[in-house]
Amino acid sequence: MELNQKQSEALRRFAPQIESFSRAGMVWVYLLLIPIALAGYALYIQESQGHIVTGMRDNVVWGLYIANFIFFIGISYAGAVISGILHLLHVEWRKPIIRVAELITVIATLIGPVYILLCVGRLDRLHHLILYARLQSPITWDVLAISTYLVGGILFLYLATIKDFAIYRDATELKIQNWRRRLYTFLALNYQGTPEQKKSLSTSMNLLSIMIIPLAIVVHSVLSWIFGMTLRPGWHSTIFGPYFVLAAIYSGTGVLIIAMWIFRKVYKLHDYLEDKHFEYLGYIMMALAAGYGYFTFSEYLTDWYSSEKWNAELIAKLFNIHEFGGLFLFANLAGIAIPILIVAIPKFRTPGLITIAASFMVMAMWVKRYLIVVPTLETTLFPMQDTRIEWITYSATWVEWALTVGGVATFLLLFTLASRFMTIVPVSEFETKKHE
Amino acid sequence: MAACGSAACSCSSGSEHNHAEAGKKVKLLSPDGEMVEIDESHLRHIHKTVGVSREEARMGIPGKKFVMVIDLAKCKNARKCITACQKMHHLPEDKEWLSVKLMKDSEQAAPYWFPKTCFHCDNPPCVKVCPVDATFKRTDGLVLIDNERCIGCKFCMAACPYSTRVFNWDEPAVTPEVAALNYSPETSVPSKIGTVEKCDFCPDMVREGKLPDCVTACPNGVFYFGDEIEDVVTNGDETIRFSQIIAERGGYRYAEDLGTKPRVYYLPPRDRIFPVERGLDGKSEELKARFKDIMGDSTSVE
Repeated sequence: MELNQKQSEALRRFAPQIESFSRAGMVWVYLLLIPIALAGYALYIQESQGHIVTGMRDNVVWGLYIANFIFFIGISYAGAVISGILHLLHVEWRKPIIRVAELITVIATLIGPVYILLCVGRLDRLHHLILYARLQSPITWDVLAISTYLVGGILFLYLATIKDFAIYRDATELKIQNWRRRLYTFLALNYQGTPEQKKSLSTSMNLLSIMIIPLAIVVHSVLSWIFGMTLRPGWHSTIFGPYFVLAAIYSGTGVLIIAMWIFRKVYKLHDYLEDKHFEYLGYIMMALAAGYGYFTFSEYLTDWYSSEKWNAELIAKLFNIHEFGGLFLFANLAGIAIPILIVAIPKFRTPGLITIAASFMVMAMWVKRYLIVVPTLETTLFPMQDTRIEWITYSATWVEWALTVGGVATFLLLFTLASRFMTIVPVSEFETKKHE
Repeated sequence: MAACGSAACSCSSGSEHNHAEAGKKVKLLSPDGEMVEIDESHLRHIHKTVGVSREEARMGIPGKKFVMVIDLAKCKNARKCITACQKMHHLPEDKEWLSVKLMKDSEQAAPYWFPKTCFHCDNPPCVKVCPVDATFKRTDGLVLIDNERCIGCKFCMAACPYSTRVFNWDEPAVTPEVAALNYSPETSVPSKIGTVEKCDFCPDMVREGKLPDCVTACPNGVFYFGDEIEDVVTNGDETIRFSQIIAERGGYRYAEDLGTKPRVYYLPPRDRIFPVERGLDGKSEELKARFKDIMGDSTSVE
């Protein structure tokens, strides 16, 4: 493929990234393997001894794992924002960050469901989900929605990378092993940049981005309905679908900002990932923070104001500093107030501060998921008079923490490996680069 | 099925039995062929019946609609129902398919003991959410679990507002004889790791024309079990018309507003035959302290 000047410049720039690991890169990978190995050991313990090694018990049947599941599926929405909404709106500044966003989507969608599997007591019977599938169960909805979403995400990432694969294939100056070049040749599907190929590629991508928006809405809606369909305080809420969808897009945007900041720093991409990109994503984050804050406010206000007994017990726990009050406060300050303030005040609107706000927000969104899962399960209709006091409240064990940290490490590892396989900024997109 | 109808020694007996009338020794042949002498209180009787097949267990007993009536006026937390249920289903002492709660409906209301079984709802939230049809509703009204189908996702436990279901968090501690029993959703024995289980209303006993063990074990005749179609319930001593006792005693279903339509009815704790404090007789100080908020002076209630 013929490269224009900007493209060859970009390729030269990113060649070292995909040609080999730097020493620091190798150290980073080995560092990531430590928590992953520990998580593997924790998984072995859990599968050999049963779920007794977790903090989950008959009252609080779900814990960290489900919170992680919602969290990872949530951050996968980074791609839905970029490749869905911004793609359709032909927002030009999205182009350097397409790859990062799509990678987040695919990797997070791969890791998220693993946490659902960690909640399953009989992994040896997983095939029952298909053999005896019942369409009435929200779990079946989740299986269908998430697998479709994953396929959609992978397809979009792939389509958006075909042009780059063709470039890597043809770039003789790229010092890569033969098997990799053959792989790129295969993946490029004989793309030569003919007008016909261009047209079919862009049509497919437009179609996919149209499909990915409703799909993303479906995924987090049915996920929220795992909770919403039950008769439990704090879960049985009509706004749970839209609330979850918005929270997911919100946390996805946060992770996208963080990833951009890291890649800009590590690969010195300041002229590709410019300050204005952070500013634009900051605006999106602020708008989403306001929407998320609105949902949060109306959710808790209605439960608190009507003060139906069962709901009121839950609210009392969330407002009580000796129970979940601290976490609740953090979730709302870091998850709503900080992102709005940082972006709203022009002086604070710098890439660094926006990234810090996004980091706090992402943490807060994890805490929020924990607060959705655990306090409700600790608020039972009947008084909890279990003979085993330690079975009444939940506290996560090292096994659950190891598998949580291991999931984050796996996310980072897969991201690192992917960035070794394809340039983190799509080289091909430079052909149409314009200044707005 | 050599173990059926015989007795087996339970190695997991604990504090509950220690203060029971011990002393009577029985001679038994151990699995390795040795003659052993053990205390009678350590004996557990193996479930006598062999349950119907897993397929048949999904159907239900034709022409029946099982119903239970629990008379709160008679309960004094004797907990014989719980131990009988545990014996019947080979459960450890801390696993309760049936529990007795100390309830207090409002600040001024008097506390009372509340035996809680599975409600076998006609609109069961647990059955709705099961992704693999492992828990199901039968024509005779029972909600059962097939623990060979269950994948252990615990969604049914999250969905049940009554916290009825329990999970096998680790390998169930049962004797080899029990572990070798043929499983049926009607006997719910043996338990299996990583699966959900709960009160099953003992349909295997009913097939033999017997009452569930909790009903017969209760010294105060709290539980009445029967058939709504025949309109008759019995606690073993007295047999009464279901509709009549509900009408006369103001029978109600717990948390009717949830819309789950339980098959368990309660008779309000009016004209009680025991003072509520009797339920804590012989219990440890630690346990009593935990109930202080409900039992004691109302000022300590938040």
